[in-house]
Amino acid sequence: MMPISPERSISVEKSAAVRLDNVSFSYGETPLIFDVDFPASEITAIMGPSGSGKSTLLNLVAGFEVPRSGRVLIGGADVSTAPPSERPVSMVFQENNLFAHLSLEQNVGLGRSPSLRLNDADRAAIAAALKRVGLAGKESRLPRELSGGERQRVALARVLVRDRPVLLLDEPFASLGPALRDDMLDLVADVHSEQRMTVLFVTHQPDDARRIGRNMVFLDGGTVAATGTAADFFVGAGPEAFRRYIGSGPFAAGSRDVARKRT
Amino acid sequence: MQRASSSDSRVTAGTVALAAIALLIGGAFAGLVLEAARDPSGAVSAFDSYLFRVARFTLWQALLSTLLSVAPALFVARALSRHPQFFGRGFILQLFAVPLALPAIVAALGVLALYGRAGFFAGMLGAIGGQSWPGIYGLSGILVAHVFFNLPLATRLFLEALQTVPADQWRLASQLGMGAAPAFRLIEWPTLRAALPGIAGLVFMLCITSFTIVLTLGGGPRATTLEVAIYQALRFDFDPARAVTLTLLQIALTFVVVLALTRLGANMTGDANLPVAPRRYFSAGAAETVLNALVIGLALLFVAGPMAATLAAGLGADLGRLAGESAVRQATATSAMLSLLSALLSLALSLSLVMARRALALTRRTGRRTLLEHLADTGAGFVLVVPPIVIGAGWFLLLRTVSDVFAIAPVMVVAVNAVMAMPFAIRAIRPAYDAASERHERLCAQLGISGWNRLRLVDWPSLRRPLATGFAFAMALSLGDLGVIALFGSDSVQTLPYLLLARMGSYRTEDAAGLALLLGLVCLALVLTADWLGRREKS
Repeated sequence: MMPISPERSISVEKSAAVRLDNVSFSYGETPLIFDVDFPASEITAIMGPSGSGKSTLLNLVAGFEVPRSGRVLIGGADVSTAPPSERPVSMVFQENNLFAHLSLEQNVGLGRSPSLRLNDADRAAIAAALKRVGLAGKESRLPRELSGGERQRVALARVLVRDRPVLLLDEPFASLGPALRDDMLDLVADVHSEQRMTVLFVTHQPDDARRIGRNMVFLDGGTVAATGTAADFFVGAGPEAFRRYIGSGPFAAGSRDVARKRT
Repeated sequence: MQRASSSDSRVTAGTVALAAIALLIGGAFAGLVLEAARDPSGAVSAFDSYLFRVARFTLWQALLSTLLSVAPALFVARALSRHPQFFGRGFILQLFAVPLALPAIVAALGVLALYGRAGFFAGMLGAIGGQSWPGIYGLSGILVAHVFFNLPLATRLFLEALQTVPADQWRLASQLGMGAAPAFRLIEWPTLRAALPGIAGLVFMLCITSFTIVLTLGGGPRATTLEVAIYQALRFDFDPARAVTLTLLQIALTFVVVLALTRLGANMTGDANLPVAPRRYFSAGAAETVLNALVIGLALLFVAGPMAATLAAGLGADLGRLAGESAVRQATATSAMLSLLSALLSLALSLSLVMARRALALTRRTGRRTLLEHLADTGAGFVLVVPPIVIGAGWFLLLRTVSDVFAIAPVMVVAVNAVMAMPFAIRAIRPAYDAASERHERLCAQLGISGWNRLRLVDWPSLRRPLATGFAFAMALSLGDLGVIALFGSDSVQTLPYLLLARMGSYRTEDAAGLALLLGLVCLALVLTADWLGRREKS
């Protein structure tokens, strides 16, 4: 197992629960309040209508936003004011995960050393990570030579070499086609089963949530409207707002083709 | 988010840069005020009818110059943007970059060689008017020279703004069957309008502080601006009290107008995504194409004319003899060294301000801008309002009692020219930096890439080209500057423009034309080289 670069990350257990303790935040007009737990080593899907605060929640955990009040706890440690790079967190964005002018090896290597000083062990780890995501031997390629799906694989490879206990996914596969997205979800599920990190997964796709999410957090109007297991949500035990959000019909029938439709 | 503002090294760099600029300007004012305090009655008595006439002319010529430069530039830029591919387009854009790099004194000579009393067009113009052509000294000369400089500048800036329109909007426009008129109204004009106050403000400030053009093309007391009057008060009358009065009046005038211009403009928000495809979705009709060709052709003739005249007149000079003169060689070496240092300093200051502004804007997001951010944003622009002459003179007066002023001449020339070039350097750097930051900011924060690492790994690759462009402009501006050196120049420290002015003053017109050609070609070579370097590095 590849070690966490020792000097940078706030040290926590290998798997760490994420807790937002009465976190309030406001961006412009709408106030957001989050009070929610994400169990360690499990994948939790976060769903909700546009503007409900899904991305903001991830940004608060990642440290791109600082709460106005309340605490963000990761593995029991208060990281509310820690800068993003010192939090035990990796995040994959919807786009712009890679530096266009750097090779795949460099892009992944930045997960090891922000000054890009890589030793042989680092290079081996990078090669292994690229192999793991199906991009073996493409170390010297530039991002523009890759497809959209491959670029997100590179981002996952960096997650592997960073080896932080929490992984935040902010609709990372939203711009991919259905088959590619399924492949990527399988990859995330595989990586998760190997590394047991805590995964917070924002998605608009009910099918994504059902495919790999064990738990579900549903946001509405800037706060947590409901939590539970994904299974319960999809058999109709979720709140009324959730059923309205996904539309009731197709899920009872379980038709995946319809379920994949963009919301 | 206070976190970033307290720990971000970019903000520190910006603060240091602002402090350096404040020191340069503050020191100059201290010198002027201390000098004037010895003779307060002089400052009061400087408010006479001459001063108001000069002030009125300053404003009038600057307004006319801005109008005549910016209004045609809108149409030239639009015409160029409607035809993204035609033979010679790249050449035209290159040519439009030349006046910006061309020393004012060279352009003034070019304008005179073309439209002057003994110019190439004198015979033709005289025949049209039915009498001998009187030349274009005075307001007309100043306007022609200012438009020669600022029309291409404004065109390039407008074109840059038009290129920020996302390709998808053009795709949509062509899908909806939008003709030229609605496309202008709905797509181009909003973009141009947003860029207009900034560009008009820049041109206005350049014109209101233009020194060399007015000195060489203005004629007598009827066509004198505040800046030239300041120079005369210091250089010939040695009346610093009057200079202070003139300076304060000039700064006040410009400040008010710039403030008014800024109020008109909307704040343009940047686009996060890189354009996915080159835009090739135009469908200009035949009539529009002819019209656009006419607009571009006229602008091309107007801009190329004085350059061609400079070339023709310069080739008529005895270039071999000039190149052999030790004074010319000495001046060339001095100019090269000073402008190199000045350009480097200018880039360092500009980059610091650009990074600080961005970092502060990111931490602020929706609230009010702090004073620091405001200064980082507009501070460099306001530097244009303070004439180099005044800065030079202030330091001259401040230091003449404590040290040998001619010993600090190189320092003054480097520092003042560096600060004067900043608005151009910032214009070159900032869009690229902000766009790169938009893409990379969260990623850098997450991966802990900051400070030197970030500059080296992330910012440098996306900034090489704009930095090369900024460097070329800064160096060319400094190379051709005749502001500070007019005050500090001596037999021991001479730059090429100083030598050129001296030869003009002693009616050695051929020598002047030859030196102008040399200076112009060096600046041109500089711009082309940097442009080429930047492009090669990018690919």
